[in-house]
Amino acid sequence: MVKTVERDVELTCIRCPKGCALTVHVNPDNTATVTGNSCPKGEEYGRTEVLNPVRTVTSSVRIAGTKNGVVSVKTKGDIPKGKIFECMDALKGISVEAPVKIGDVIIENVADTGIDVVATANFE
Amino acid sequence: MKNVDILIIGGGPAGLAAGLSAKRNGVENVLILERDKCLGGILNQCIHNGFGLHTFKEELTGPEYADRYVTMVNTEAVPYMLNTMVCDISVADDGDKIVTAMNKENGMMKIKASAVILAMGCRERPRGALSIPGSRPAGIFSAGTAQYYVNMEGRMPGKKIVILGSGDIGLIMARRLKLEGAEVLCVAEIRPKSGGLKRHIVQCLEDFDIPLYLNTTVTCIHGKSRVEGVTLSQVDENMNHIKGTEKFVECDTLLLSCGLIPENELTTAAGASMDPKTGGPVVDSTLQCSIPGLFACGNVLHVHELVDHVSAEAERAGAFAANYVKGR
Repeated sequence: MVKTVERDVELTCIRCPKGCALTVHVNPDNTATVTGNSCPKGEEYGRTEVLNPVRTVTSSVRIAGTKNGVVSVKTKGDIPKGKIFECMDALKGISVEAPVKIGDVIIENVADTGIDVVATANFE
Repeated sequence: MKNVDILIIGGGPAGLAAGLSAKRNGVENVLILERDKCLGGILNQCIHNGFGLHTFKEELTGPEYADRYVTMVNTEAVPYMLNTMVCDISVADDGDKIVTAMNKENGMMKIKASAVILAMGCRERPRGALSIPGSRPAGIFSAGTAQYYVNMEGRMPGKKIVILGSGDIGLIMARRLKLEGAEVLCVAEIRPKSGGLKRHIVQCLEDFDIPLYLNTTVTCIHGKSRVEGVTLSQVDENMNHIKGTEKFVECDTLLLSCGLIPENELTTAAGASMDPKTGGPVVDSTLQCSIPGLFACGNVLHVHELVDHVSAEAERAGAFAANYVKGR
């Protein structure tokens, strides 16, 4: 079993604009107890932020054959914080053929995270 | 002259929700006027996530949030006109509103409306309103303009960036430009605390080690044809510069994120009473302005932090306007 130093971490929840002040108590067995949250999303955020921080990445990719057409994209789920720039590198130089619809997969399993990058806008 | 029961000015989040609500409340003859080439307003360039937790109970990006409403507007056949600019609202003797608008197809047109819902949104405070000394080189943008360049046109505003003002758009753009490979040197905020949401400070600045200097402002812009740097100075509690704290920061771009101002040229020209505190019109509990039959909602009324709140308010405005029309 992994042993961790027992400690309290003060955080601001970023799951929604409310920004709850969370206290995350890290237990010796590497689990965490979250207080100060006002919804289940906050509990989950507090725990993962301390044990394995993740983020949704949003960006845009070019539309092939257009002068400056771009379509916005996001990681369909959260990816580890340390993988953000690897994800951005994977998006660099990518161009997609129109039409693009919301939800279309742009990159599968980006940066080996198991998460796809999908379009968040339509482009005809 | 075209006749409608409810005319909505603006096809952003407020206008879309107001139009849908007006129709759902039994008024068929509504019309949304939008000056851009597509519906959705500013949401289209807000490609970051965090929208819709209240309205749709899930986290969406701006374009996705807009698409939900545009889809509803299309499914429920709420009429709208794009590329159409409204330039005047006047009140006829019988209380009807005469709205003057124009577009390429119809030229100048007058539309008679029983009620009008103002949903024009807001604009960013420009450099001219900030009194920053220095020259006038290229490379000074409002944060929203930079957001348009990057997210809608795939172009970068510069390479070495200083952001003045810690409004939400500035914070969002700090992260966006950093992700796209720019050097984001710092965010300077004249007040003792950020004007942006705490979640944006955390995930846009702290995640990327971008410093936020509080009680600090830009006191000079350097450069002739292009920005070459800015002077940052600390300010005291009265926002006066503290001599001796000046620091030169080399950069090629200055972004301004210094507040949003409700866009009320039409409202004031129509003669509605204005509230100096919000920058929007004075409204009663039914979101009706001092002119009967003129309603306001969204950022034109007062600047909202969340689009979800805009949609909720606009839904109420649509219902109140429908009641007004039915009661005439």
